[in-house]
Amino acid sequence: FRGKLPQTSLLRDSRWYSVSHLSVKERIDKKRKAALIGGGQKRIDAQHKRGKLTARERVELLLDPDSFVETDMFVEHRCSDFGMEQDRNKFPGDSVVTGRGRINGRLVYVFSQDFTVFGGSLSGAHAQKICKIMDQAMTVGAPVIGLNDSGGARIQEGVESLAGYADIFLRNVMASGVVPQISLIMGPCAGGAVYSPALTDFTFMVKDTSYLFITGPDVVKSVTNEDVTQEELGGAKTHTSVSGVAHHAFENDVEALLNLREFFNFLECHDPSDRLVPSLDTIVPFESTKAYDMLDIIQAIVDEREFFEIMPNYAKNIVVGFARMNGRTVGIVGNQPKVASGCLDINSSVKGARFVRFCDAFNIPIITFVDVPGFLPGTAQEYGGIIRHGAKLLFAFAEATVPKITIITRKAYGGAYDVMSSKHLRGDVNYAWPSAEVAVMGAKGAVQIIFRGKDNQAEAEAEYVEKFANPFPAAVRGFVDDIIEPSTTRRKICRDLDVLASKKQVNPWKKHANIPL
Amino acid sequence: MAAHSLSPSLYRLLFAVKYASLHSRCCAVHKKAQYSTIYNPSEKTFEKILIANRGEIACRVIKTCKKMGIKTVAVHSDVDSSAVHAKMADEAVCVGPAPTSKSYLNMDAIMDAIRTTGAQAVHPGYGFLSENKEFAKRLAAEGVTFIGPDTHAIQAMGDKIESKLIAKAAKVNTIPGFDGVVKTAEEAVKIAQDIGYPVMIKASAGGGGKGMRIAWNDEETREGFRFSSQEAASSFGDDRLLIEKYIDNPRHIEIQVLADKHGNALWLNERECSIQRRNQKVVEEAPSTFLDSVTRQAMGEQAVQLAKAVQYSSAGTVEFLVDSKKNFYFLEMNTRLQVEHPITECITGLDLVEQMIRVAKGYRLQHKQEDIPINGWAIESRVYAEDPYKSFGLPSIGRLSQYHEPLNLSNVRVDSGIQEGSDISIYYDPMISKLVTYGATRSEALARMEDALDNYVIRGVTHNIPLLREIITHPRFISGDISTNFLPEVYPDGFKGHQLEADTRRELLASAAALYITAQLRSQRFLGEVEVSGQWDLASPLLPLTINSTHKMLQCLSRDASGNIVLQYLGTSFQVRVLSKLAAELNSYMPEKVPEDTSSILRSPMPGTMVAVSVKPGDTVAEGQEICVIEAMKMQNSLTAVKQAKVKSVHCKPGDTVGEGDLLVELE
Repeated sequence: FRGKLPQTSLLRDSRWYSVSHLSVKERIDKKRKAALIGGGQKRIDAQHKRGKLTARERVELLLDPDSFVETDMFVEHRCSDFGMEQDRNKFPGDSVVTGRGRINGRLVYVFSQDFTVFGGSLSGAHAQKICKIMDQAMTVGAPVIGLNDSGGARIQEGVESLAGYADIFLRNVMASGVVPQISLIMGPCAGGAVYSPALTDFTFMVKDTSYLFITGPDVVKSVTNEDVTQEELGGAKTHTSVSGVAHHAFENDVEALLNLREFFNFLECHDPSDRLVPSLDTIVPFESTKAYDMLDIIQAIVDEREFFEIMPNYAKNIVVGFARMNGRTVGIVGNQPKVASGCLDINSSVKGARFVRFCDAFNIPIITFVDVPGFLPGTAQEYGGIIRHGAKLLFAFAEATVPKITIITRKAYGGAYDVMSSKHLRGDVNYAWPSAEVAVMGAKGAVQIIFRGKDNQAEAEAEYVEKFANPFPAAVRGFVDDIIEPSTTRRKICRDLDVLASKKQVNPWKKHANIPL
Repeated sequence: MAAHSLSPSLYRLLFAVKYASLHSRCCAVHKKAQYSTIYNPSEKTFEKILIANRGEIACRVIKTCKKMGIKTVAVHSDVDSSAVHAKMADEAVCVGPAPTSKSYLNMDAIMDAIRTTGAQAVHPGYGFLSENKEFAKRLAAEGVTFIGPDTHAIQAMGDKIESKLIAKAAKVNTIPGFDGVVKTAEEAVKIAQDIGYPVMIKASAGGGGKGMRIAWNDEETREGFRFSSQEAASSFGDDRLLIEKYIDNPRHIEIQVLADKHGNALWLNERECSIQRRNQKVVEEAPSTFLDSVTRQAMGEQAVQLAKAVQYSSAGTVEFLVDSKKNFYFLEMNTRLQVEHPITECITGLDLVEQMIRVAKGYRLQHKQEDIPINGWAIESRVYAEDPYKSFGLPSIGRLSQYHEPLNLSNVRVDSGIQEGSDISIYYDPMISKLVTYGATRSEALARMEDALDNYVIRGVTHNIPLLREIITHPRFISGDISTNFLPEVYPDGFKGHQLEADTRRELLASAAALYITAQLRSQRFLGEVEVSGQWDLASPLLPLTINSTHKMLQCLSRDASGNIVLQYLGTSFQVRVLSKLAAELNSYMPEKVPEDTSSILRSPMPGTMVAVSVKPGDTVAEGQEICVIEAMKMQNSLTAVKQAKVKSVHCKPGDTVGEGDLLVELE
């Protein structure tokens, strides 16, 4: 039948097709070009002037070279009000760059909000793009990284923008515990938008250029009459040291992105697993009231002294972070005797609990170093709900089914002893150093109760110290598996992790547990 | 999977083999490099010795005791309960809390320790009670042997004025000066004028550089008198002073002597100790490049004359100042084992501690003067926990988070009393170790010293290896053109670290880039796609590398995700930033962050105790005016204002213990 068509008509048709084809190709190129330049050179320059990189530069630096595969470059917003339908108000890709790529070979999904397009504001299309890559990440089980730099909702779109936020929130919740989610705040993130980072596993910030708050300084002024700057209200320092909203802050965009790459690193290393650490034999000071730095112990024990601390400036009386032992990623929790004697309070309990749950969700073994004098007393703590918040840490350790190894370096007093991944909470291996003191409380307090009103308090105190200020009471009952020389700790942990690699433990089936929020 | 589980165990095996072979090798080397004399086990000696000291010298003495089959007792303060010397000894007794006056100088507690342990003799080491005649007397009263000279010699040589009189009488060359007690500043000025400037003013009772001031005119004499008498009073409880001719451009050369209780005495050649800062020795060597055999013999013979004049027994050191014309003047005699004794041991083959113990037991010397050789050359670097960039070394404290001595190299001896995890505290001397290298020739010993310094891993405290390495590679030092003014002459504006040239700069940058690439490649290795040669082990603090076919040893001090790499190269640490091309381009958009303006903030440059605070809020201070004084490691340091300003607030008071970087005073 084709063959019967007149030659001329074929020629004409093919010419017509090729012309049309050319014009589509031109349009594609034009759109791609436009997408690459976002809000235009002027706005890019302005972004640079603020000391910030563009959305695309950030993606490029974060991912391995040439590994970025973009999706939805041609998506445009669908708003037709307030003149938004005009061509000059349309930007291919809208105000977010999305796609997938690799960090040192590992697959990740990324979205990077583009401040040069409508201030990075969230339109329905913008949200749709983010949702799409989150869905894809869920189906293949890859982490999601969000690079946030957005003025907030696209006001012109009204409720469609709000719906977009909610769509993202829902996906954040559904993905929680399924794939790791990381937010890096690289510009403003205000209003409802803050809840997406809040729902992710880790929130990192860039110092001086990023802000997170529910309402900005102007609204604060009009409502509460407080004078506060953006930086004070929701800057990196506030959220990493006061509110505990963010887990880490970095100097600038470049350092933040390079460190995020590092966060994804899994090193294969040659740090011998049976290396002795003689320095640990002298780390716990002679006087039991004297402080030492738990980070010294952690760094000496882990591979290559590399410890990625989470929330280093918040609730410093507990130390949490990631490290490697014989090449395996582990989560480390340690009381910090250097700060507030390493006691547990509201903030440190919550910090610890969230970290433990992250590790458990993603099958990362937990190593706990215990030197805890107890929970912090006082009205501030009780009124603040230390009972409820302390319970979170207890809950988290108890429900965790990943390998749990605990080392009591010195004090393990009272309820805090139980909480800190004790044998009783299904600890797999629990060690004590010779300097360990496992008791209900310190000698002084105990003697005041046991020998109330008696004269020979000093003598009684000495007796109590002799009886309880050592690892034996716990060891004879099997509450610690062994009393070990500190220098052998690394070797022992590495060996235990080998054995525990095949650990299988399940909690009773339930819809979900009811952690005391 | 199989390969995976096999490789760690294989690695362990290899590691064990490597370690074992290293270990045995360095033991063998030690014997060879240190002592050629053979210990005679049939010679009866003490059964138990107490070492009334701490740190490296206590360990040093215990080592010889172990060799001789003598049981050892260590004394320690409470903070030292897990110190190396306490663990090394057969018994350890706590003699008090951390401050030395309550522990290592606490004679009552030490006497108790001697009684309870039944020690027959005491080795005092150096410092502390080593030259304390009272201690020697108390030991004698209880029938315990003091391993050192008798009280007469200690007393005679311990007093600078008396020792000079004795030396003069024994026909030992002495420095022109005033031998007597100086009562007032004006008297000091008059004496100084009589002798002729420059003069040196010092405390009679003090040893080393303590309480020493040099005056070039009347005004400086008055000031020196005031300072020295104060410091003498506070440090020694004895404010007598001595004023003498100051010898310009002098060398400090000392003769080791060894004498027995039967009137025999030997000189064991010299030690060149001219490299000093603030009159404290930094680098020593034996023999000296400067002495000819005639001068050496003359000095040795005078030293022996002096030893005989005071019926000296045991090991001792006669210090001389030597001027450019090889005239030598008696300075003082140290009636104890000297810090730098190992270099003499290296070139003579004698174990001085063993000889001291023999002599104390009453034996005659085994050697004749002609038996004493000079075999090869030995150099000692004193590795200190101090910041060499601040007046050639201000004390620093901290915990040795990583510590490896370069004992994998041959002909290296390290005398130390610390280990990984030890604390360098404000209570004691900040010396980390004495690093000694030995060679058939001086250049061999120097080359080995370079290697040893490059291989020495010290983390957790600031140390003076950058300075030591610069000294031993400096052309003036290599040519032997040194004096006690070496450091201020070579570094008139203070020590600034190694200065890179075009080629060394390229080497450094190339090394940093190679390290960066190695780390980056390893990050991808889990995929099994990239094979990195096993040359570099990123877990190791040492980075052996080959640059243009020469072997160099660098150390990686830190490395972070932002591309910041700190490398120790040629002794000095350099910060390098390595970024990918893209990251470097994008980095140009990053804003410069302004660091805190520190000119109006005075922070403590070192840990220590506040002795005096000279200002109060509201005062106006002039530039250079003293604000406060900090005492650290027995040294007083005056902190001054960097600009004229009004004092806003004062955050310290006398008696406070302050840490490095603590805020002391704020100016407006």
